[in-house]
Amino acid sequence: MRFLRLYLRNPAAIIGLVLLFAVLFLAASADIFYPRDPLSLAGRPLSWPLENARFVLGTDSSGRDIAAQIFHGARISLLIGIVATLVAIVLGTVIGAVAGFYGGWVDDVLMRITEAFQTVPSFLLLLVLVAVFGSSLWTVTLAIGVVSWPAPARLTRAEFLSLRSREFVQACRTLGLRDSAIIFKEILPNAMPPLIVYASVVMALAILMESALAFLNLSDPNVASWGNLIGQGRGVLRTQWYVSAIPGVAILLTVLAVSLVGQGLNDALNPRLKSR
Amino acid sequence: MQVLALALRRLASSLPTLLIILVGLFLLLQLAPGDTVDALVAQMGGGDPAMIAQLREFYGLDASVAVQLGNYLWRLVRLDLGYSAIYAKPVVDVILERLPATLLLMVSALSFAFAAGIALGVIAARRVNQWPDTMISTLGLIFYATPSFWFGLMSVVVFSVHLAWLPAGGFETIGAGLTGWARVLDAARYLVLPTLTLGLGFLAIYLRIMRASMLEVLTLDFVRTARAKGLAEYGVVVRHVLRNALLPMVTLIGLQAGTMLGGSVVVESVFALPGLGRLAYESVVQRDLNTLLGIVFVSALLVIVINFLVDIAYARLDPRIGSGR
Repeated sequence: MRFLRLYLRNPAAIIGLVLLFAVLFLAASADIFYPRDPLSLAGRPLSWPLENARFVLGTDSSGRDIAAQIFHGARISLLIGIVATLVAIVLGTVIGAVAGFYGGWVDDVLMRITEAFQTVPSFLLLLVLVAVFGSSLWTVTLAIGVVSWPAPARLTRAEFLSLRSREFVQACRTLGLRDSAIIFKEILPNAMPPLIVYASVVMALAILMESALAFLNLSDPNVASWGNLIGQGRGVLRTQWYVSAIPGVAILLTVLAVSLVGQGLNDALNPRLKSR
Repeated sequence: MQVLALALRRLASSLPTLLIILVGLFLLLQLAPGDTVDALVAQMGGGDPAMIAQLREFYGLDASVAVQLGNYLWRLVRLDLGYSAIYAKPVVDVILERLPATLLLMVSALSFAFAAGIALGVIAARRVNQWPDTMISTLGLIFYATPSFWFGLMSVVVFSVHLAWLPAGGFETIGAGLTGWARVLDAARYLVLPTLTLGLGFLAIYLRIMRASMLEVLTLDFVRTARAKGLAEYGVVVRHVLRNALLPMVTLIGLQAGTMLGGSVVVESVFALPGLGRLAYESVVQRDLNTLLGIVFVSALLVIVINFLVDIAYARLDPRIGSGR
């Protein structure tokens, strides 16, 4: 309750939450408002928004309803954002926790690998993964998760380094707890707050990365993704710029929502920072 | 000298990292369906099995994975990145042709983001929690959330299509035959929109870090001392606070180098710039994995070099780092 009150004290965080609920509403109600396949032919191509009452946001160059693609695209963006973030956070947490907890050569090896991942530009690595494993929805999502884990890993490692020599950990050792129990049941909960906040950053970047990939026509062409729609609209950019403009606003607002909620969580979890 | 030794030590420690990258990429590529010979044969429109086997032998693809890995690393040591079947020339040549455009774009985007980030960050920190701060911070959040390619497209619509101020893509006016400064100015006009597009997201990060860093330094004792001895506000901010607040910004350049290279893939595709990023995209589409791997290798080298330069700059800004230990 206290946490909620702290969170709601921040107007930016409230805006973020409202935006996030709006995107969730789009995703949840897509099948109710637009039960048909959003990628099927709906009407005359390239009708401007509000020109035809049936297509509030107009149609794209293949005569597909833009509004339907926005609603269904919210699902894809959220799905990719959430799953990729989960993959990145779980991978990063396990690797960072093991490295920070054991130290020594384990830490050296794991940190070298992390460094290798951080040295290669993540978007280029994403391109390599897509080139090798193809670009279905699942491979793209997993690939985004795989290129995003190093930062959470470093964060977790730093937390573990500072927590592993605390008294409660020594107490657990004296009690004879197994290492896995100490890592996941005792230390990890204490390291969670910064990780949760960082998850919002990972999710924002994951949504941006997928949209960029879809814009380049390298993501799954068979799903209604906002990035795909922007890429489609590029051909008619000079005259029918709305085809690209509308999904871009959707991406912007979704990423903004995720970032604002993350920042709100950060302020609420570290109330002392806020007063500065 | 000590600074250089420290930076060189850091550079040497990045060699194992590079080795991990190369081995990882090589093994990853073993998972890819088809090899160079398949790509070649597909381009020639098929070939008989005897010739295919001969080609495999020629490219050393009939050896075991371990031997191939050894050959691959040995070739890289000699800076031989292999042969691009699509461009029909060595990958090194293809990459070197494309590298200048990307470097130019990166340097200009970084300069823009860095300078504007410092200016906006300082203004926001000086007026903390007043309307200039609120406005700048909100703008920063929006810039951060904007997909760069979308901003690029929209800026083309506004500045190229409707206002007709700036060109929509390309690197210079083709066939204009300009020389000297006229050519530089011409190229600069082409670079404005790509620079803004690539720099915007980084501007958002830089201004946020700059603001936080300024606020942090402003509370330190030496700032109070500077004020107490009667220095003008300008002197306090520029000579004392700014220099110390710049340290995290410089660190950020090194951290963001890779992200910026990745971002150039999208920006170069939007503006049809003949750079490394666009080459990476093209080689994915054309399944030219040799070139793609070469680009990743060169990018990793570039990131390591940038971090080396950042280390040196860092020690110049903060003398404690070079002489402390």
